[in-house]
Amino acid sequence: MSTPVLKVDNLRVEYRSKDSRESKIAVRNLSLSVSAGEVFGFLGPNGAGKTSTMNVLLGFVPPTSGAAFLFGVDTREVIARQRIGYLPELTYYYKFLTTEELLRFYARIFRIDSNLIEQRIDTVIKLVGLDHARKKQIKTYSKGMQQRAGLAQALINNPDLLILDEPTSGLDPVGRMKVREIIESLKKEGKTVFFSSHELGEVETVCDRVAILNQGELKVEGKVSDLTKQYGMNLEHIFLKIVGYNPQPSPL
Amino acid sequence: MKQVFAIAQIVLKESYRRKDFYVLFILTVLLGVILGSLNFFNEQGIVRYLKEFSLLLIWLAALVMSLATSARQIPTEKESRTIFPLLAKPISRHQFFLGKFFGCWFSISMALFVFYLVFLLLTLRKDEPANLPLYFQAYVLHLGFLAVVIGLCLAGSVIFAAPSSNITILLVVILGITFLGPHLAKIAVKMAEPTQSILLAIYFVIPHFEFFDIRDLVVHSHPAVPWWAFGCALIYAMAYSAFFLVIGCLVFRHQTLQK
Repeated sequence: MSTPVLKVDNLRVEYRSKDSRESKIAVRNLSLSVSAGEVFGFLGPNGAGKTSTMNVLLGFVPPTSGAAFLFGVDTREVIARQRIGYLPELTYYYKFLTTEELLRFYARIFRIDSNLIEQRIDTVIKLVGLDHARKKQIKTYSKGMQQRAGLAQALINNPDLLILDEPTSGLDPVGRMKVREIIESLKKEGKTVFFSSHELGEVETVCDRVAILNQGELKVEGKVSDLTKQYGMNLEHIFLKIVGYNPQPSPL
Repeated sequence: MKQVFAIAQIVLKESYRRKDFYVLFILTVLLGVILGSLNFFNEQGIVRYLKEFSLLLIWLAALVMSLATSARQIPTEKESRTIFPLLAKPISRHQFFLGKFFGCWFSISMALFVFYLVFLLLTLRKDEPANLPLYFQAYVLHLGFLAVVIGLCLAGSVIFAAPSSNITILLVVILGITFLGPHLAKIAVKMAEPTQSILLAIYFVIPHFEFFDIRDLVVHSHPAVPWWAFGCALIYAMAYSAFFLVIGCLVFRHQTLQK
């Protein structure tokens, strides 16, 4: 059996606040596994532990206990991040750079062969549709264009695994469609995509499997088609049921 | 090292694209040029006074620029969250930290080079003999001093979240070391125990910035410093820069980065 692309093993993440001795448990004994070529939706309400899990996957936070692995390498190792692309929720880039400069910089961080860098930049800039603005500073871009620049930087190393943190957050319908098309094209190329989103309709369309977290615990995990069949409702209703949301009758 | 220099290049790019960097730079050069163009009865003593004042101006401007540039590097990365997509790539925190150090140092080196070039031209305009090896030593030793300052400031920036508090504390520390450091041993021998031992310990632990300051030799047109002494001062600067970088890296390595 091949090594899973992403594996979370009995992960626990606790944060100790500076002013009190109490610690807050963000993730409790989470175990997950994502295989090559899957599009995996990582869902949960705000504060469910999605970001904390992603922080561990990306090496920003060490696990309190348990471990996380990318391509079989512990995420605490720098090399674990060699084959991944990461798109943050908001556009956290050097805005004094042009997209071309930003991509050249990240390509050097990935130690891409200097002969291949320009070719790779051309490919990803065309893929995200920023060819016309490649020489403009990112600070002059609209939100949607900045998000596409972000997607370009996530793809610069031709990653085998993409970790997307709410990739369509704040985008207009055209921007969302563009991101969805890119995810689908990556899926066709056999890439693995791990993404968190609150857009459940989109998740249902794009994802092969999903996991739903609530209060740091994994509540449900499985194929989208199996879950909708099992619960007899769409993903949005499954999600609301799991997080314990009871719709109140309208007072009007 | 390729990754370290990629980060250093970004720091350089940011430095020359930020407008505030130029303000102090232009002001200092302008003030130097104005001072240099003044002529008081071709009095030699006044020329020396002008040289001394210009060099002091260069020292102060370079110190402020180094502190302002290096103190904001890591806090700004955290605040603007640009650190997240960067550290999500195969780069270690110590490479990131080193990249920041070299970036700050390179950008200050370039600014300092222009300062010294303007100073050299002013000296030549005043028909003063310019001892080029001494000017070179003054420039390189000044860079050594700034490397220690930048290392110290970067280490401070991972401890103090606000750049303003880091700059204020370091300014006090650096000025304290500059003015009191060389005299600590003399003060210590007049003290009773345990103050004497404490002051002597401080004397031997702090970096001695006076080793990098040969302004007086430049002002009074002395010959160049022996090259072995110059080399020792550079090794001393490297050792202290490395010490502060290691401290900074160790603290930064264990910091939790939360989005």
